[in-house]
Amino acid sequence: MSWLTKLKTKVGSLGKRETTPDTLWHKCRGCGTMLFLKDFNANLHVCTHCGFHERIGPAERFAQIFDDGVHERIALPATPDDPLKFKDSKKYVDRLKEARASTGETDALVVASGRIGGVETILVVQNFAFMAGSMGAAVGEGFLKACAIAVERHAPLVVFTAAGGARMQEAILSLMQMPRTTLGVADLKDANLPYIIVLTDPTTGGVTASFAMLGDIQLAEPGALIGFAGQRVIESTIREKLPEGFQRAEYLFEHGMLDQVVHRGDLRKRLITIISLLMRPQKSAAA
Amino acid sequence: MSTILDFERPIADLEAKIADLKASVKAVTAGPNSMSTEVAKLQTKVDQLLVDTYSRLNPWQKTQVARHGDRPHFSDTVDRLIDDFTPLAGDRAFAEDAAIIGGIGRFNGRAVMIMGHEKGRDTTSRLKHNFGMAKPEGYRKAIRLMELANRFAFPVITLVDTPGAFPGVQAEERGQAEAIARATEACLNLSVPLISVIVGEGGSGGAVALASGNRVMMFEHAVYSVISPEGCASILWRKADKAADAADALKHTAQDLLRLKVIDRIIPEPMGGAHRNRDLAITTMGQAIEQELGSLSSLKPAELKADRRARYLAIGRI
Ligand SMILES: [Zn+2]
Repeated sequence: MSWLTKLKTKVGSLGKRETTPDTLWHKCRGCGTMLFLKDFNANLHVCTHCGFHERIGPAERFAQIFDDGVHERIALPATPDDPLKFKDSKKYVDRLKEARASTGETDALVVASGRIGGVETILVVQNFAFMAGSMGAAVGEGFLKACAIAVERHAPLVVFTAAGGARMQEAILSLMQMPRTTLGVADLKDANLPYIIVLTDPTTGGVTASFAMLGDIQLAEPGALIGFAGQRVIESTIREKLPEGFQRAEYLFEHGMLDQVVHRGDLRKRLITIISLLMRPQKSAAA
Repeated sequence: MSTILDFERPIADLEAKIADLKASVKAVTAGPNSMSTEVAKLQTKVDQLLVDTYSRLNPWQKTQVARHGDRPHFSDTVDRLIDDFTPLAGDRAFAEDAAIIGGIGRFNGRAVMIMGHEKGRDTTSRLKHNFGMAKPEGYRKAIRLMELANRFAFPVITLVDTPGAFPGVQAEERGQAEAIARATEACLNLSVPLISVIVGEGGSGGAVALASGNRVMMFEHAVYSVISPEGCASILWRKADKAADAADALKHTAQDLLRLKVIDRIIPEPMGGAHRNRDLAITTMGQAIEQELGSLSSLKPAELKADRRARYLAIGRI
């Protein structure tokens, strides 16, 4: 064993919402087919019938992407809870408490290091289950930490995005994470380190309009909703009819916004290839 | 006829009374002295009411003031503060987007790049400028102008006044999110001073894309937020009529944002708001920009970038 505290994570079980009470079956949100949970899990939470990619959390993602699933979680900096004392129909502190209890995570961003095709890589996963993956100070600070560790270890950074957008309860401080995270991306670029984005369902709002669209390589999972403005806003405010497949990964690919749309089953292999090409024995004129 | 905001009604009523009195003074030549005393008394009352009302605006009222059509717009500011203004248009890829305009010119004798949102003032110009809601080509033009400024060592001044980036099908198709992200990146990459002023509405990503500067200032009654109070109310309260509550919760006033160190300075507005005396407001803004540019003039290119970086990293940290 190295200095890393190695741990092997099994593919986690799905949340209750998507499963029948006996958890033996999973109903596909794409086509409605009842699937054997075992088959569905073995297929990386992708429908064996229609190919619908169900949302997955950090544990599953780390298990699927890292070599043998081996990884080390990176502790993220503490940020103030509820800096604005925000209260809508519910107190923000209570929403945070609930999200922490249901996910077991502190906030919506999780970072780990491990190897992908033998190359040490920092992996960032936005957890949609935690307040819709929304970006507040904790997400911004966590992202900056991930960038700093990548630079320190001279490792590529891979980010799986998933966010409903800004953490509205942090209002302006949430908005400020757009320039803040962009500063982290600048550090990676200055260090000539690969910054690889994998957009997953859904990635919208201020997250899309900052670090999620600044990748050297932009990948996305099939069918992922990716956009800046919400579809309801576009329909109701601007009264424009939405075209077929609007804001889906394939649509963005057609419009030149992505390098590739990659099936989850091929993602690890694709990342290994990209990382091995970009991290070839160096190179850097600056060194 | 200028828009009268709800809470300005008592002021407007008094002003109407003064106008009536003045009219009757003209009509009846008898006893002009007593009449003019009456007018003067009423005028003092109006002034007092303006000062009182505007010193106690709540966040929702500020939102309305920030959106007032008579506030200083980009074109007004350029007319008053910039000599030899030379507009520069187009993103060189798709189109010219008049929601963001910009160009080079002289500000107090020094060559600058100035750009910002323009909302337009009448129906025709509002449509032309798309109410200040920019599309990807607008942000890409802004990037082009920032890069130009960088090469020619022009300080950059950005004036922000937008409800937000345009939420439309074609804007999405052409990469609205990417364009905003790149514009923010371009702001942060500048090796020249970037001074940003939130003039009216600082609407979310569409504002940040131009406002990630070394110094960010706000007019006294401007607002700057991640979402509009109406949008926030409909998402979190699920009722658009909770906008006033949302405005309170969002802490989007200049006073809140100075306290949170999101902005560096508040630019005072004339009595009763910038929409009552646009020229004076613009002059005051010009003085503030001059001072901030002066305070950055000794910094070298790398230091300017480092200054911006430190500024943003410090926001919201424990
Ligand atoms: Zn299916």
